[in-house]
Amino acid sequence: METLHHFGKDFLLTCRDILPIILLFGFFQLLVLKQPVANLRSILVGTVYVIIGLTLFLLGLEKALFPLGKIMAGQLADPVFLQGSRASIDLADWTNYGWIYLFAAFIGFATTIAEPSLIAIAFKAREVSGGSINAWGLRLTVAFGVAFGITLGTFRIVTGTPLSSYILAGYVVVIIQTCFAPKTIMAIAYDSGGVTTSTVTVPIVAALGLGLAATVPGRNPAIDGFGLIAFASLFPIITVLGYGQYAQWTVSRAQRKNKEKRHEV
Amino acid sequence: MKTSQILVYHAAYTLKKIRSACIDLAPIVAVIAFFQFVIIRKPLPDFGEILLGTGLVVLGLSMFIEGLERALFPLGEGMAHALSRKGSLFWLLIFSFALGFSTTVAEPALIAVANEAANIAIQGGLIENDVKTRNSYSLGLRLTVAFSVGFSILLGVLRILRNWPLHYLIIGGYGLVMLMTLFAPQEIIGIAYDAGGVTTSTITVPLVTALGVGLATIIRGRNPLTDGFGMIAFASLLPMIFVMGYGMVIFK
Repeated sequence: METLHHFGKDFLLTCRDILPIILLFGFFQLLVLKQPVANLRSILVGTVYVIIGLTLFLLGLEKALFPLGKIMAGQLADPVFLQGSRASIDLADWTNYGWIYLFAAFIGFATTIAEPSLIAIAFKAREVSGGSINAWGLRLTVAFGVAFGITLGTFRIVTGTPLSSYILAGYVVVIIQTCFAPKTIMAIAYDSGGVTTSTVTVPIVAALGLGLAATVPGRNPAIDGFGLIAFASLFPIITVLGYGQYAQWTVSRAQRKNKEKRHEV
Repeated sequence: MKTSQILVYHAAYTLKKIRSACIDLAPIVAVIAFFQFVIIRKPLPDFGEILLGTGLVVLGLSMFIEGLERALFPLGEGMAHALSRKGSLFWLLIFSFALGFSTTVAEPALIAVANEAANIAIQGGLIENDVKTRNSYSLGLRLTVAFSVGFSILLGVLRILRNWPLHYLIIGGYGLVMLMTLFAPQEIIGIAYDAGGVTTSTITVPLVTALGVGLATIIRGRNPLTDGFGMIAFASLLPMIFVMGYGMVIFK
């Protein structure tokens, strides 16, 4: 009964998400373009798949993964767990939060791999590049970026250093990389920052930030608990640009070697 | 083909989809299991419930991806084709703006962030603590973000049409964010940074990407790889600028 109630709620939420899109496309097809849609049946079936699929996805996350992830984030940030067998530790010392950093990195990586918007971008990138951008390669690179970003974000909460200085430093890195990275990867790199923080990542990561800010002495959950999302959308840009630079470097090195070989012959 | 062959084909196709959804979710399950059993060392609270939930997530993700390829990508690309064939810049821009604005303005995540922002502003003594000011502040914030996302998609489409270089626009945007961070009131900065992340929903991203790639494919001289992407980047950058601007105007 409770599951049915949840299903209804998630179903309505998904419909609400898709309603403006249906109205907008309907308006343009009927009144502006005045022509029938190609493959209308397949598109309608696909829309039903999207609505039911997202509903089940959200329902399952709320039933299984979110409660567990949130409890876990809370338990790992709990002073009792942090103290463990030791008599007393200084909660203000950032070196005492080892498990938190590890959890932040792992959970950031894992939730990003399951993020549906990122799957969509990766599919499109593979299709458009004719396969030279590997969908899994892109998703793994983005996931590493999120893992690093969230770990750094938890470190920031523990040490209480200002959010804006990290973000501004990150921007400077992105700007420098932009000068050297290959043009083909640039647009996808910028986009991958925006898609990492949606359905799966935000709830667990927000719970981690809030739990941690409540434990560390001198932190205010209302102010310090946020900001992990900003880290998670900045660092994937850096890793994807870096991946592009690395790929370019290996290709150019191989070309140089080939040239040298030809000269020797 | 015989009916049995069609059935076998469909079953194999479905299994393939479900298998790839399982692979997508394996890391989360592994991480949670590892921390639960090895680090925290407590049994799972409700094993049956969690197993059922994970099953639903796998099923839901595979259905969503099927729907993505059947509906969302073709819709976005079809609209790019139809509007560029019509040749009306006006309707193309109206469509882009409406797509960004309408999918953002009622987004639950944005409503939550706007209400939270109103609370922080009241605590900071920046706005008066009564229901009317509070509501108008949070509504103003929502409209600001929705407008900025609509404007982002419009700008993204214009960029593809006019062939403006993406990296100059993005770097310029970052420069503006950095500059505004220095002058914007402290209470709005955290919200502004978060506003960039909450704007693009799981349904909007594939549509917008397909629209951009579709346009870049049709217009001669554009490369779908370098020109088709980049609209999501605007949609996560501009809300920061607009929200900080909103803060600077409101709190003056």
